[in-house]
Amino acid sequence: MVDFAGWEMPVQYSGILDEHRAVRESAGVFDVSHMGEFFVSGPAGAAWLDSLLTNNVAALESGRAHYSLMLNERGGVIDDLIVYRLGPSEFLLVVNASMIGEDAEWMKARLREGVEFENRSGDYAALAVQGSDAGKIFEKVIGGVMPSERNCVLEIGEGFLVTTGYTGEKGFEWILPAAEATDAWGRILEAGAKPCGLGARDTLRLEMCYPLNGSDLSPDHTPLEAGLGYFVDFTKPDFIGKEALAAQEAAGIPRRLCALKAMEKSPPLRPHYPVFIGGEQVGETTSGAHSPSLGCGIAMAYLPADAGKPGQEVAIEVRGKKFRACVHKKPLYQKAS
Amino acid sequence: MNVPDNLRYAESHEWILVEGDTGTVGITDHAQAELTDIVFAEPPALGKSLKAGDVGAVVESVKAASDIYSPVSGEVLARNEVIERTPALLNTDPFGDGWIYKIRLSNPAELESLKDPAAYRAQIGA
Repeated sequence: MVDFAGWEMPVQYSGILDEHRAVRESAGVFDVSHMGEFFVSGPAGAAWLDSLLTNNVAALESGRAHYSLMLNERGGVIDDLIVYRLGPSEFLLVVNASMIGEDAEWMKARLREGVEFENRSGDYAALAVQGSDAGKIFEKVIGGVMPSERNCVLEIGEGFLVTTGYTGEKGFEWILPAAEATDAWGRILEAGAKPCGLGARDTLRLEMCYPLNGSDLSPDHTPLEAGLGYFVDFTKPDFIGKEALAAQEAAGIPRRLCALKAMEKSPPLRPHYPVFIGGEQVGETTSGAHSPSLGCGIAMAYLPADAGKPGQEVAIEVRGKKFRACVHKKPLYQKAS
Repeated sequence: MNVPDNLRYAESHEWILVEGDTGTVGITDHAQAELTDIVFAEPPALGKSLKAGDVGAVVESVKAASDIYSPVSGEVLARNEVIERTPALLNTDPFGDGWIYKIRLSNPAELESLKDPAAYRAQIGA
């Protein structure tokens, strides 16, 4: 067990490789109850969220969810989150555990008339079922057919379910009243999912190059630098950070979050390893791991924009020794179809 | 948990098999179970001189990197290159094919400060 934003969480159950393989080949379940849940409602709710977040909330249909970012005035990332549209003026925001306090404070300080904001993070648990067998587990545990499209939101009793995930596999995330979680966990295991910990969650998401806030995202880097421009809607009249992003885009994005793959046998890559090009340090890894699917070291790092192109050779220093790696197209892992 | 009777143990979970003035060093079954999924191993350089308590090798699991401390002082006589190619041997055969290095003991008296199997079993609650 390790401490994660005040939650005691297992790094692994049966072992990271075993859990990783289960998600890539069949199905695994993650207890993600540490994530925060905010409810937003009221006639001005959508417009208010649109002023705080980069993605277009007004354009989000009821019963759908999308990924979005909350920025500071400098365009740096405060948090990345999923917005669920539960109804015309009802929203659920799922935020990172480590940011619940800061996010809530930031949002409450900007509340407007016609908006209700409620931080109910303590009331809900969350379970993520991921893998090609997630549909079978859905049938057994929830009943019916799992929507085949991503980002579909279903209301299940007092809870909410969305077909999203953090692994690159099919699956769903189920936000449910905390009191129901133990029973639901048991039923999901019975239906055939393998319990998975934080370790496999990290290797799975890093193979997909999904960023982790606090590691790959920070108040000092913009979503454009992080390669998340797709989730920024510049056509919106305004949102906090828009001006800074527009200025950065006009001036040229100075650095980019690049995916790196070891080109020779190396120790597993880890965060904060120096990255060199031609003998000069150009950055450091923000995330790093041994990729169970690829069998080699993988990482992400902010590199100067001109260097951050696929095929660029770099060296990553581990305990004083340099290992060859190269910038790889994202994602690092692609499922054989 | 396997704790063979013919070995001495360090509190930091290394074992040593002593034959004459040569010691063979590895990590215990308990250590490999805690680390799980070892994917990288780097035995010390041949001829390297180690003092007891020095970092003799590094092994990394998917989870974390771990320093392996030399239980005794001496000169490295052999390094297990097989574990560099197949690090999982540290998980599957920690007391056999998963050995890490052999060392010529420069101060055999140091063995006295290591644990016997009973004391190590007590330490790990086996």
